[in-house]
Amino acid sequence: MAQANIHTLNLTRPAAGGAAPVPIEPAVRVRGFTRRFGDTVVLRDLDLDIAPGEFVALLGRSGSGKTTLLRTLAGLDSAESGAVRTPDGRAVVFQDARLLPWKRIWRNVALGLPGADARERAEAALREVGLGHRLDVWPMTLSGGEAQRAALARALVREPKLLLLDEPFAAVDALTRIRMHELVLSLWRTHAPAVLLVTHDVDEAITLADRVLVLDEGRIAAEERIDLPRPRESSPLFLAIRRRLLRALGLEVAAPPAEGGLVAYPTGEALS
Amino acid sequence: MSLAETFRFTDKVRITLPTWKSQRWMSPLVLILLWELGSRTGVIPPRILAAPSSVIQTAWGMLVSGELPVNMLVSLGRAAAGLAIGVTLGSTLAIVAGLTKAGEHALDPPVQMLRTLPTLALTPLFIVWFGIGETPKIALITLGTTFPIYLNLYNGIRGVDPKLIEAARSFGLKGWDLIVEVVLPGALPAFLLGLRFALAGSWLILVVAEQINASAGLGYLINNARDFSRTDVIVVCLVVYALLGLGADAIVRTLERHALAWRASFIKS
Repeated sequence: MAQANIHTLNLTRPAAGGAAPVPIEPAVRVRGFTRRFGDTVVLRDLDLDIAPGEFVALLGRSGSGKTTLLRTLAGLDSAESGAVRTPDGRAVVFQDARLLPWKRIWRNVALGLPGADARERAEAALREVGLGHRLDVWPMTLSGGEAQRAALARALVREPKLLLLDEPFAAVDALTRIRMHELVLSLWRTHAPAVLLVTHDVDEAITLADRVLVLDEGRIAAEERIDLPRPRESSPLFLAIRRRLLRALGLEVAAPPAEGGLVAYPTGEALS
Repeated sequence: MSLAETFRFTDKVRITLPTWKSQRWMSPLVLILLWELGSRTGVIPPRILAAPSSVIQTAWGMLVSGELPVNMLVSLGRAAAGLAIGVTLGSTLAIVAGLTKAGEHALDPPVQMLRTLPTLALTPLFIVWFGIGETPKIALITLGTTFPIYLNLYNGIRGVDPKLIEAARSFGLKGWDLIVEVVLPGALPAFLLGLRFALAGSWLILVVAEQINASAGLGYLINNARDFSRTDVIVVCLVVYALLGLGADAIVRTLERHALAWRASFIKS
């Protein structure tokens, strides 16, 4: 079990020549942030750092405040100044793709892009997510997976420093989800934004993230750093991390039996 | 050609000859023939209803003399002027009330109250205010078209998916851009529905408004014809009203097909 109260990073990089470590400016810094809706405290005195280029997954039950945290970081929910610092370039991918149905796909991706080369950039982004053949179609003709690819392209075309993913794969089928995981990882490697992925799916969090946080009642209740090489699904440590995270979410899972027993491979158990 | 093929060929002819299209035209045609028969035999006297053949003859005569096109243009002009003012006014009110809280509080209650008035009930008041020239006619049509546009566009603006607005905001759209790129396109289907209602309304009001002491227009033709019991002229004008109404509807449907091409129902067809 990770230390529950240490979820800010000691962001240092060893400097050349043995000098004092040089601190890295985090992409996201949240200090003592509290958010209330009426009398309900949704986020309570929250501290959080995300390093540039770091992939962080945020787990939590419904009502744990994870969507509020994401919306705050996206600038869609008001935050008192000072408590939350985010980079200027931010982009969100929502659970429902939220493409404007009256704009062709490339126009959706180019939405709000300045400059004369907006169309070229949008088309390049769409080709990158594998939608080069669908540039001119209407959003309503896309499948769920294609719509999410377009939403990813719309986010990435802005070259964000911080990419916020709000359960983006919750509504696509299992096979598409696996392909989307690969796509997100490859896009993340290419563009290197800091990523905050909000998800219900523990396996998804372990598969993708450098660090998994569990949010409970507005606080970060657990943290798990994942140093396994990708792909991770077959790693023996995967199950151990998974068990610890599920326990942090209030779900006890029996330890797998020792050698010899028939072990059912756990698949995509989601919390609701 | 083999014998079997010949048989199949004849079968096909027998089945496809009365297509659904020709069947649909059959009963109106029979009715018109019966009407003609009634007129010829004196069952329907021309004072009550002119024979279809004399209606066609009259229509041709009015067309050639220019009487029909000239008066039709006058009527169309009234409808177009009233509609243009009504659509502009209704859209402006709806946009102000739909986009701002202050606008909603100031505009929505009075508009909602006024719209319950049957427009035509205002005819006497409008005659007192505007006299009996073109103004009261156009004013009545304006009033009758403002409300359907206002109601539908206002609802359309308020009904735009807030999730889409939020997404667009997250990509940096705000103010005027947000309205033009997201809010108004989202409200367009509702606006076009309102336009259809407005067109139908403008037609209805035109018919009545034109009876106010007009010296030109289809209503004037009908009034004149009534005084001389020219049922053939009245029927010609009624047919023209119907055709103009159909034409207006076709224009809106074409508009919808182009403006709403993104909708799933249009994509499939």
